[in-house]
Amino acid sequence: MTVTQPQPQPVGPVLDTSVAPPGAKKIADLKPDLLLTQEHAMCPGCGEPIALRVYLEALQELGLAQRTIGVAGIGCYTAFSGTMDVDLVQALHGRAPSVATGVKRMKPEAIVFTLQGDGDMVNEGLQEILHTAARGENVTCILLNNGVFGETGGHMTATTVLGQRTKNSLDGRDAEYHGYPMLIGDLIAQIQGASYVARGSVHNAGAVARTKRMFKRAFESQMHNEGFSFVEVLTMCPTGWFIPTGDGPDYLQDTLAEVHVIGELKVDGVVHNTEQLVAENTRKAEEAAANKARDLAAKTGA
Amino acid sequence: MTTVEASPGVAHLMEGSEAIATAAVAAGCRFFAGYPMTPFTEVLEHFAKQLPPVGGVCVNAESELEAVGMAWGALSTGARAATGSTGQGLSLMQESFSEITLAELPLVIFYMARGGQDYFQSTRGGGHGDYRHMVLAPMDIAEAAELTQLAFHLADKWRNPVLVYGDYLTAHTQQSVSIEPVDFGPVPDKPWAVNGELNGTGNSRIVSPLGFAKKGQPSLGIERHLRAMQAKLAEIEQAEVRVETGYVDDAETVIVAFGTPAKFVRYVVAQMRAEGEKVGYVRPITLWPYPYETLAQVSEGVRTVGVFELCGGQMIEDVRLGVLGRAPVVGIGGISTDGSGFGVGPLLDVEIIRERILAIHRGGADAELPPLPVNERG
Repeated sequence: MTVTQPQPQPVGPVLDTSVAPPGAKKIADLKPDLLLTQEHAMCPGCGEPIALRVYLEALQELGLAQRTIGVAGIGCYTAFSGTMDVDLVQALHGRAPSVATGVKRMKPEAIVFTLQGDGDMVNEGLQEILHTAARGENVTCILLNNGVFGETGGHMTATTVLGQRTKNSLDGRDAEYHGYPMLIGDLIAQIQGASYVARGSVHNAGAVARTKRMFKRAFESQMHNEGFSFVEVLTMCPTGWFIPTGDGPDYLQDTLAEVHVIGELKVDGVVHNTEQLVAENTRKAEEAAANKARDLAAKTGA
Repeated sequence: MTTVEASPGVAHLMEGSEAIATAAVAAGCRFFAGYPMTPFTEVLEHFAKQLPPVGGVCVNAESELEAVGMAWGALSTGARAATGSTGQGLSLMQESFSEITLAELPLVIFYMARGGQDYFQSTRGGGHGDYRHMVLAPMDIAEAAELTQLAFHLADKWRNPVLVYGDYLTAHTQQSVSIEPVDFGPVPDKPWAVNGELNGTGNSRIVSPLGFAKKGQPSLGIERHLRAMQAKLAEIEQAEVRVETGYVDDAETVIVAFGTPAKFVRYVVAQMRAEGEKVGYVRPITLWPYPYETLAQVSEGVRTVGVFELCGGQMIEDVRLGVLGRAPVVGIGGISTDGSGFGVGPLLDVEIIRERILAIHRGGADAELPPLPVNERG
């Protein structure tokens, strides 16, 4: 029996993708210069390679490529150590902020960043990150927060949100049994030594662009010796979340980002609380929806 | 209190902690991180005072875990850097010691023992994996100053951590010492040190404990890296043994001791020799690599080998490995602490040490030792 599928009708002008438009670039041409390869060892749907790409682009665009030193923790992202074309020190789980402190104190002219996951930074190394912030250590710490131990196969971390299922919270994180998630960005924003604190995400193009601006602002803060800067990035982990690969961005939006709210948590010494961030995000979403409706109306001539 | 700079030929009366910091700065140490803990605290104090004037940095770390991490970072830039603590603090640092050793970073560790019982921790370590530290055990402050400078040289020469083993007396007593920068010869360059200059050229660096390299660069891989480490350790074992012996040629009884207790033993043995007793001593200066060969030679034809250490018996295992059945080996020390447990107990007394040496010298390995003196205030 032949089933006739209904053909989707295009809305607005159709782009002919059989030939490249003039000036188009191949994906390969878009590889940041500070990345040795476009390949990565992460799972399909992982958000970490996007975060990596974004901060490497930010460093390059700020002209900091040849004066940057990274310190990597231990997690899935440790595999980036070999693919970033940046001088790197491989630290232990939890210990990157201290190692970065030693690097920066001996190389004050360098731009020093750390790369850690939520298990690394918020579980194992909470003391290190808080003290490094309190010291106002002039480094930029990057947190890739997916709310699970991805490398071990999806276990609960200190940032796992209530209700989130992991291999050791099978019925979902229960506050009474497992305790509450820690909002590390909010915590760090309260510390006097922290100059710039932001939480970005890579679950859609807008969030990626916004996160890149956050990275630039953090690195600029370090360039101007303003003290400790911190960028948390929510990243998809469909493997560790036990969901279909393609569902990662929506799950991130509906689960992690509901608790770890995206936005700039501290700018120029002013702390923004969750309510303020939610209000700002709602305003932006409404503005974007209005713009989209207006564009659509213009295209369809309605 | 004024800062004493390294000044050739001029002796200053100084505490061991100050001598160590002064010697370290003279050796080019420019970074130190530590956490206060008796009897190590004054080492940290003197680094805090002496490093800033020479453009160095001393960080008052928030824990020992952070102290060793900070030193790790400083070392990665090619700087001469150090940390330290007591046995308890070193227990906390072991995970990093393992990794720093595997990353081949030249860390120097100033270890001030509470009592004298951390030979195992210093020479075996509590960290994971196949790793070794060179361990230098000065008997007094003048030697501590000398070995401190040697420690930085050896660390750079071999790209391997070196631990300087002191104790309460090393840290807290004073001696007149002259600290002069010593030239131990050339050390290898540090092309592996990170500075960011090669970023984006495909030649950027990675300081990794796992033998990793950047994509496209030659890499040993973990297994070959670990094997290369073992080969290096074997070379160190051949090249870097340091030991002092005294009156061993015709000795019937040989006493083995290291560090501060060895200075007491040397004194007692010299006295006994003057009285015609055929006793001698072996003082390992490097606890790793250990002078097994010396002990093998010395113990040939000896009636008894006594081991004097302020613990239940730790180094005695290495002495037995060196002597390897050529003579009976017996411990003549023991646990002995002061009331605080920090310092040294009543056993560290030349008269008491003399009685114990005499007991095995007269009666052999089976002789009954005088009862251990008890710290009545403890």
